[in-house]
Amino acid sequence: MTNAPDAKPVLQVRHLTTSFRTDDGIVTAVDDVSFDVFAGETLGVVGESGCGKTVTSKSIMRLLPEHLTIYGEQSEVIFEGKNIIRANEREMRKIRGDKIAMIFQEPMTSLNPVFTVGWQLDEALKYHTNLSRKQRREKAIEMLRLVEIPNPERRIHEYPHQLSGGMRQRVMIAMALCCEPDILIADEPTTALDVTIQAQILDLMNGLKEKLHTAIMLITHDLGVVAQVCDRVMVMYAGRAIEFGSVREIFHEPQHPYTNALLESIPKRGSRRSRSRRLPTIPGIVPSLRNLPKGCRFNDRCPACQQRCIDEEPELINHSLDRPVRCHFPLNQKTQTESAH
Amino acid sequence: MALLQVENLVKKFPVRGGILNRIQGYVHAVSGVSFEIPEGQTLGVVGESGCGKSTLGKTVIRLYEPTDGRIVLKGKDITALGPAEMMPFRRKMQIIFQDPYSSLNPRLTINGHIKEAVRFHNIVPPGSATDDYIDEVLQKVGLRPEAKNKYPHEFSGGQRQRIGIARALCVKPDFVVADEPVSALDVSIQAQVLNLLSDLKEQFGLTMMFISHDLKVVEHFCDRILVMYLGHVVEELEADDLDQQAQHPYTKALLGANPIDDPDDRRPLVVLQGDVPSPYNPPKGCPFVTRCPVATERCRQEMPRLETKSAGHRVACFEVE
Repeated sequence: MTNAPDAKPVLQVRHLTTSFRTDDGIVTAVDDVSFDVFAGETLGVVGESGCGKTVTSKSIMRLLPEHLTIYGEQSEVIFEGKNIIRANEREMRKIRGDKIAMIFQEPMTSLNPVFTVGWQLDEALKYHTNLSRKQRREKAIEMLRLVEIPNPERRIHEYPHQLSGGMRQRVMIAMALCCEPDILIADEPTTALDVTIQAQILDLMNGLKEKLHTAIMLITHDLGVVAQVCDRVMVMYAGRAIEFGSVREIFHEPQHPYTNALLESIPKRGSRRSRSRRLPTIPGIVPSLRNLPKGCRFNDRCPACQQRCIDEEPELINHSLDRPVRCHFPLNQKTQTESAH
Repeated sequence: MALLQVENLVKKFPVRGGILNRIQGYVHAVSGVSFEIPEGQTLGVVGESGCGKSTLGKTVIRLYEPTDGRIVLKGKDITALGPAEMMPFRRKMQIIFQDPYSSLNPRLTINGHIKEAVRFHNIVPPGSATDDYIDEVLQKVGLRPEAKNKYPHEFSGGQRQRIGIARALCVKPDFVVADEPVSALDVSIQAQVLNLLSDLKEQFGLTMMFISHDLKVVEHFCDRILVMYLGHVVEELEADDLDQQAQHPYTKALLGANPIDDPDDRRPLVVLQGDVPSPYNPPKGCPFVTRCPVATERCRQEMPRLETKSAGHRVACFEVE
């Protein structure tokens, strides 16, 4: 990929298919998704609820209930030359929190309420480093200082309920980063926070990316956040990756009609008299994963749907250079034939 | 004349504690808020969580009893009306809640939800068919009449919000409080529900108070905007002026913190340090003083009043000319 700041990906996901055993049979939440994450970049994963973005990240971390989850035979998650989708729990424990770390949407529920912040930070360091108790304490304070928590010496003795939402998310980030992971997966890290706090957290993540050269996979439904912090974007819909591109390409020349419609449906800031105008909408709702339409999964909501879209599902292919899109009739494309002329 | 006038509205919640469960202090949720909404207009209320915007919405329609102040609906002071006198006004004032999952009764069909309200307020004259009226209401919010016999869990979030809207509008209100009506919905569904609300607003000639934390949505949907911080209104202005004319440092900070949907317009987002102070123990002086970039000694001592800066634009700040 030409837009990547580094040539070698730190994480390669190939043909990831994640299905769940349910009472009504097997449901496939992520279907044949492939992508790379490069060092020092932020990959945005965008989509609406149920599109499979969280399942993708939890599959990488192997945090889904093993007895209910089936990974496709060709699924590969390659990290440090190893396919970790088949790794056992012991191997995963070494990777989780050390090499690949994750922060979750709900900072309230992802911290343990009965242990102090310091204890929880110490746990990760105890498992993944050889530091002495004193060094670990110093490191924990240093991490809290890094995420700009005031009075870290005092805060490590506090419990999660004594902190505000923004502070808790900072603690989560401190925990995720204390072992200097190669990859940080952030699943809707700011959705539960107010905008002024969101701004602080996003700024913090940006700074850390530059300082530690961490690769960040940012999962979000907020396109404003994507525009501000991501380098590349993957758009997902109903379990499929439907479009890839640099953040500029996605916002200025979306090729998939879904991406385009999604961008159009957000009210635009600062546009005077926008009230008289109706918002362009996407009709209908996201299809159920149990009952996907035949052909393209977006066909029942697509404004440009044609017979071919109903008959066959499009492949994820490059219509123009390095812009994979899963659509028979992509928009805004400079086709190879055109550019050849 | 304004359809709704609110003067100096105060809502305090007592905090009890100790062995005798005595009142130990108050949470100052809404502290002296005044505004009016002319008929047919929509007033947006923005602010961060805990700023008192939802409490304001619920107090205005007397779901919470106001501690102090006056609420005047269509020229009639409703602040202290008893339950029976209040009843006709209850019909005129309705609310749409944020969470379409918890605001519907899981054991009641959609028909049940709407019929209860319609019967109670005698919306349909006796003898004529209530069912036909319910079908009509459902169609107006974009649901099929067959939906009537289903239970809330059978619907998606967007559809449930439509049911919430149908429930509020079936009693033909004049004034509707919409408390974060689209915050729980996906982007593509948000646009559908916003369009529906603006259509219904036209059709029924509704006056609305639209509460949201999302500036984009408020700017798009509302005529005027109140910006709240820690129970106080810090700025009031026309929605069209929000982008260019906002003057209060907090409004500017909110605008600056909102990520812009354009990758070519990246700017440093952080503008405010720290968290919102607790409304249990608000700071002396200006409520925003602890985070304000331009605060002076005067701001720490004295509370700025909401003053008119130009026509239709009020700001509560000493540092604004």
